[in-house]
Amino acid sequence: MSEEFKIEIVNPEKSFLVKEDVLEVVVPAFEGEMGILKDHISIISFLKPGIIKVFSKSGDENYYVEDGIIEFKNNNLSILTSAIFSVTDLDKSKQGDLLKKAEAEASKSEISDQAKYLADQKVEVLRSIN
Amino acid sequence: MASLDDLKKRIASVKSTQKITKAMKMVAAAKLRRAQESAERGRPYSEKMNNIILNLSNGISDKENAPKLLSGTGENKVHLCVVITSDRGLCGGFNSNIIKKAKSYFSKILNDGKQLKIITVGSKGNDQLKRVYGDKIIENISFKESKNANYFDADKVGRIIIKKFEAGKFDICTIFYNQFKNVITQIPQAQQIIPLNNEEDHNNSDESYEFEPDEDEILSNLLPKNISTQIFKAMLENSASEQGSRMSAMDNATRNAGEMVDKLTIEYNRSRQAAITKELIEIISGAESL
Repeated sequence: MSEEFKIEIVNPEKSFLVKEDVLEVVVPAFEGEMGILKDHISIISFLKPGIIKVFSKSGDENYYVEDGIIEFKNNNLSILTSAIFSVTDLDKSKQGDLLKKAEAEASKSEISDQAKYLADQKVEVLRSIN
Repeated sequence: MASLDDLKKRIASVKSTQKITKAMKMVAAAKLRRAQESAERGRPYSEKMNNIILNLSNGISDKENAPKLLSGTGENKVHLCVVITSDRGLCGGFNSNIIKKAKSYFSKILNDGKQLKIITVGSKGNDQLKRVYGDKIIENISFKESKNANYFDADKVGRIIIKKFEAGKFDICTIFYNQFKNVITQIPQAQQIIPLNNEEDHNNSDESYEFEPDEDEILSNLLPKNISTQIFKAMLENSASEQGSRMSAMDNATRNAGEMVDKLTIEYNRSRQAAITKELIEIISGAESL
């Protein structure tokens, strides 16, 4: 029996990634990292800033996301996100830009606790990519 | 009758107009392809978003306390209409079609004795609406600097709408835009986004989901995003429609200019011939009289 399932990552502009031979996906869900294997129960959850790890037969890939929603149903994993970057494509300058933006956001004083938490997360994850 | 010189000038001017419309048509065609592609690529996102929300709202346990963005304020007094148009003209009936649709909706609302508020996106819509509904327009947003419709802009509009909703400024929000069907057909649409209208397709899937965190929290985070997504979709459809509409308008203009040039050339040749004939007759009759 095959252990593969399908993943589809879409952002508002286009279908970012479609893969049929995925073995495991680890997503940074809002309440902690979550690994998804085949025949997982149907689930809807949120993402916080972090790294999506896709393990597939054709190779492993890592993506940095800032937010998103995931839906898993009938062995179809859909990830909707407005900001996603492949970690391998993320060069130093781009990463620096994102980091600067996140740091600026985190240092704002008048933002809500939740927004502050998210911004801090972004900073932490971006720093850890190096 | 116009003199030969005048005719010549007219022909030249129509020809140069034709050149311009032809160039505009080419540009629109090139842009259309890109806009159409991005409109098509953007569809999966909004469809998926809609699906998830549909599944969520089916699964929600406590309908009474559902987020306001989903169920509405329970009142139906103040309508907010977001009219999305283009920033540039010369695109045929594109803007007027949206405005026409919006105006008929406005008068219906006003006849029902409800309050109307308008947000215009794009300067052309603002120009056309401010004459009649100037006092109703509460905001005018324009993205002249942005080359293509992008999510960032849509999110800005979405945030403005949500802020106003949370402040209790309106009960029902409808967006107006042109849906791109093909190059010659664009259908003006009125889509209600607050409260969400899910009545059309109620697929009662028994699929039960696990939620993390719980439904309410997911919904209250997801719904504002959905608003931006819907607006983004509208903007993408709109930009494809705009280019399509401009292309067919400019195609017509080029053809009309061609016809006009033909007509004017015939007229020019006729009057030239007539002048020559007249001169000949004068010479011949002069020679005969000798």
